Amino acid sequence: MSAVLETRKLCKRFGALTVAENIDFRLEAGARHALIGPNGAGKTTFVNMLTGRLAPSSGRILLGGDDITESRQAARVKRGLGRTFQINTLFRSLPVLDNVALGIAERSGVAGSLWRPASAYGAIRDEAMELLATLGLADDAAIPVLDLPYGKQRLVEIAIALGLKPKVLLLDEPAAGVPSVESERILRVLDTLPTDIAILIIEHDMDLVFARHITVLVQGEVLVEGTPAEISGNRRVHEVYLGEQHHA
Amino acid sequence: MIRQASYYSGARIGWLEWLPFAAALVVFFALPEYVPLGARILVYILFALSLDLILGYAGIITLGHTAFFGLGAYVAGILGAKAGVTDPLLQLAAAGAAAAVLGVITGAVILRTKGLTLLMLTLAITSILMEIANKATNLTGGADGLSGITVAPILGLFRFDMFGKTAYLYCLLFLLIGWWVVRRLIYSPFGASLTGIRENVVRMHAIGSPAYARLVAVYTISGAIAGCAGALLMQTNQFVGLNVLSFEFAGELLVMLVLGGVGRIYGAFVGPLVYMIAQDQLAKQFPEYWYFGIGLLLVAVVLFARGGLLGLVDTIVAKARGARR
Repeated sequence: MSAVLETRKLCKRFGALTVAENIDFRLEAGARHALIGPNGAGKTTFVNMLTGRLAPSSGRILLGGDDITESRQAARVKRGLGRTFQINTLFRSLPVLDNVALGIAERSGVAGSLWRPASAYGAIRDEAMELLATLGLADDAAIPVLDLPYGKQRLVEIAIALGLKPKVLLLDEPAAGVPSVESERILRVLDTLPTDIAILIIEHDMDLVFARHITVLVQGEVLVEGTPAEISGNRRVHEVYLGEQHHA
Repeated sequence: MIRQASYYSGARIGWLEWLPFAAALVVFFALPEYVPLGARILVYILFALSLDLILGYAGIITLGHTAFFGLGAYVAGILGAKAGVTDPLLQLAAAGAAAAVLGVITGAVILRTKGLTLLMLTLAITSILMEIANKATNLTGGADGLSGITVAPILGLFRFDMFGKTAYLYCLLFLLIGWWVVRRLIYSPFGASLTGIRENVVRMHAIGSPAYARLVAVYTISGAIAGCAGALLMQTNQFVGLNVLSFEFAGELLVMLVLGGVGRIYGAFVGPLVYMIAQDQLAKQFPEYWYFGIGLLLVAVVLFARGGLLGLVDTIVAKARGARR
């Protein structure tokens, strides 16, 4: 299998503090891959380097075999790298539909058009509506995001990312802060995502049944990689998480 | 009424939106003694509209929007006084173009920053221009102002008369054009993306939007409109004073917009109208204390009507509808 997203010896230092140390990582085509690790393991830093929000101190990032280490965020999105945020990052006062439509408009290249009203772009609206329907959000299309329950806001995060038709989707703790009843709904949505999208899901622990491959990140380094069974049977992983519980 | 672009609902011009222009025509015929003041209000509305585009929609905070207005006024004035370019439309076009160039150049530099830094940079640019205008006396007349400007009849047909009637209709026409352009921009996908940038720029980056380029673009367009407004004021008064570049004037414009309502096209109409009429009336009644009245008005609006006067109207209409149900 070929890697759609790959990092080679990726490092990030803030002064003396190293938050990513020689991370070699491969995301295969169509993967359902989880990146887990305790608090402060450097998961979000890693994601921010992948998406271009943070520049790595050294190392390379490859998307579909091309080096994107120097590419800007927008360029990476255009190449098919989509993401969601751990903390909702939405257009809070805009209707749900516009949250999704803005992204679709950027992808379709009409977002810079100056003259015709946005509402005249029926194709954008229809695509957004269709996408919302598949996520069970069709009835909420006209509602401003800030009036939605938190769980649905998390779904809007995913909807925006899907509207970009990504080849690689980074999900940063998609169910963070959501009560367990609602998080099942999010998991159901994740299960139905098209298999041609390679998904990297970032989580705190390994409760998720969703992933078929897990990478454990501890203190900026890859501790171990393997199937869920291998990881849950791994003594060092247990020590890391148990150790954390001891301190807590 | 919707106030920003949406892929959801339409952007047809409602009949209420023609009201300002109809009212302006009524004033022209019914209140000739207010025509000179009216022309100034029309220019300020166009200027406020350009500020609303960047401040209300794109979220660019500025205290230096007079840089564009002043540059436009001086470019048009110098052309008319020193270069023998007396055609008003040519002067206007040159003013708009010069302000657009200033917008691209300064925007490209300062829009990499935000918040207080951006605010200070806008202020600095205006101050620099003001100092240039102050020192370049042989071009600008310095502190005495630029006079002796020739403005030929429009299209060789309509002379700028001493009652300001031509100037009034001329300003009204360009306000109509400016309003139409701004309105189209705001409701376009471009306008929608500006709203997105204002709401959440991190998210805009994450959906692949070239946010910085969009901001520079809107800053340039807004600058060009402000430059045209400056030229209109010059042509109406046939005089340019240093105050067109002043920080006080930029602040005054901001006050007008806040008064009317930021981020809603018609806030830019209501604000200057109320402000200028209040100023005119208060100055007649209390020549020494008129600024006190303006201050009081602003405090009341900021405390009790955060959306400006139009926001207040919205609240009242919503309450009335709620009561009827």
